[in-house]
Amino acid sequence: MPRSDTKDTQDLFPAEPHAHESAIELRGSVFTLSVLRIHSNELDVIESQLVKRLSKSPQFFVNAPIVVDLESVRDIPAALDFHRFVVLLRARHLFPVGVQNGSALQYEAAMAAGLAVLKGRAMKEPPAITPLISSQPDPIVSADTEAVSQTQAAPDDRATPASNTKIVQQAIRSGQRVMARNSDLIVLAAVNAGAEIIAEGNIHVYAPLRGRALAGVSGDTQARIFCHQFEAELVAIAGNYRVFDDGPPKELRGKAVQVFLDGEQLIVAPLD
Amino acid sequence: MATIIVVTSGKGGVGKTTTSASVSTGLAKRGFKTAVIDFDVGLRNLDLVMGCERRVVYDFVNVIQNEALLKQALIRDKHCDNLFILPASQTRDKEALSKEGVGRVLDELRDSFDYIVCDSPAGIEQGALMALYFADEAFIVTNPEVSSVRDSDRILGILQARSKRAETGSTPIKEHLLVTRYSPRRVEAGEMLSLKDVQDLLGIPLIGVIPESEVVLQASNSGVPVIHFDQSPSGQAYDDVVARFLGESRPMRFLEPERKNFLRRLFGT
Ligand SMILES: Nc1ncnc2c1ncn2[C@@H]1O[C@H](COP(=O)(O)OP(=O)(O)OP(=O)(O)O)[C@@H](O)[C@H]1O
Ligand SMILES: [Mg+2]
Repeated sequence: MPRSDTKDTQDLFPAEPHAHESAIELRGSVFTLSVLRIHSNELDVIESQLVKRLSKSPQFFVNAPIVVDLESVRDIPAALDFHRFVVLLRARHLFPVGVQNGSALQYEAAMAAGLAVLKGRAMKEPPAITPLISSQPDPIVSADTEAVSQTQAAPDDRATPASNTKIVQQAIRSGQRVMARNSDLIVLAAVNAGAEIIAEGNIHVYAPLRGRALAGVSGDTQARIFCHQFEAELVAIAGNYRVFDDGPPKELRGKAVQVFLDGEQLIVAPLD
Repeated sequence: MATIIVVTSGKGGVGKTTTSASVSTGLAKRGFKTAVIDFDVGLRNLDLVMGCERRVVYDFVNVIQNEALLKQALIRDKHCDNLFILPASQTRDKEALSKEGVGRVLDELRDSFDYIVCDSPAGIEQGALMALYFADEAFIVTNPEVSSVRDSDRILGILQARSKRAETGSTPIKEHLLVTRYSPRRVEAGEMLSLKDVQDLLGIPLIGVIPESEVVLQASNSGVPVIHFDQSPSGQAYDDVVARFLGESRPMRFLEPERKNFLRRLFGT
């Protein structure tokens, strides 16, 4: 996660340490950090959910530098115990380095606990991803409730990690929507009718795809959808979509397929 | 500490109340102290199916609003000594089922009961959300038809995202698929989804199949849960469900169309 896109850090201590004039050198650089958004002030609740979230990808976050985003709890009067919070995160092998989007009081408490205040840019919503077609009522549940999400600490879009992938292990059910911003989406269980999966990158479904799948939603025409068992209601790449009102045609139904764009044309082709 | 079971479906009229009445009866018959709660505020059905409608004085909402004590509102079942019914209110508005109120009543019941069965209303509104919020286990009642399966799927999504267990990150609610009103003849004729279709679509473990049967309607009209009709396939199927729930393994039955034999045809039974 802390995949830094700069090699400059090595130059922090230049080749001649004895030259007093240049014993240090300061440079700006850009890092990609993980942001932990918290929606509660209760550390016990945070901890139990964190444990659950981390258990899904135990290695992924080991020693990851973490910025805590306070936006959702900024207006909660009860104080957040930052000392305990830091201890809690360290115990889970996370490395809290700073906070953002907090109140003045929270900043003070955070600094007292050894955390930096990152003011750079307020965390704005990631690029708007609008579903192309919304005949469905708003989802009552969005599976996009993870406590941990990734975002950039500095406004440098090139800092996107090379292999940024969201993996979902549970079935995605009618009324649910899962989004993978800035990344690929891999689903290991069924995507049921009435469910919607959306990715800025590619989509892989290693199970039946019965709902809607939209890949490359920010305009990536190279994005593709792969699925194990094709029964989709709708597929789309970069805004080009195809609806299967009466289910997919016989020659594709239940087959392993890939979906891609050939020019303006959306192709759904068997994989074998 | 009681186990809280929600009987839910999303879709209406699929057999939730029938199931709540029979499952709670089956648990009580096996010696577990059981309470069954009607969350269908405004409609009130469970007391009719359990045949205790005339004895309703106070209801669930009265207890939530501190107008009655829990023990004043609980009605002892006429067949089983250790089964109690907490009826729904017929008049009040649905928002009366607050999370705090429901939680408080369930907490009070938890200490002295083994099982608490929550009969959910149809839909995905307040009553249904409260019925499932505190659940430890869930019976997903599903008829073998596309719309029912779709609604069950949606309810499963809610169980997995908006229940207390989901919100606090504890062990997820244990889900059991119960297919009801199963008509093997109509499945064979292609008019209904097969059991396999339903299982494939929902992907949760099957706890039983209740056949479509006229006895169910007779039973509810007479206020006796159908599980008491131990000669009827539907009563037996509910007994199997309770046995499986308690860990027994019993083969599924009533999956094939009944081929009336000569004698039966003769006597028209
Ligand atoms: N296995 C069955 N065979 C035949 N009829 C059944 C069966 N199960 C339920 N029914 C009938 O279906 C109707 C609805 O049943 P029930 O009231 O249990 O459903 P429900 O899911 O609780 O409905 P609601 O959503 O309105 O609360 C009743 O008339 C009942 O007798
Ligand atoms: Mg009912």
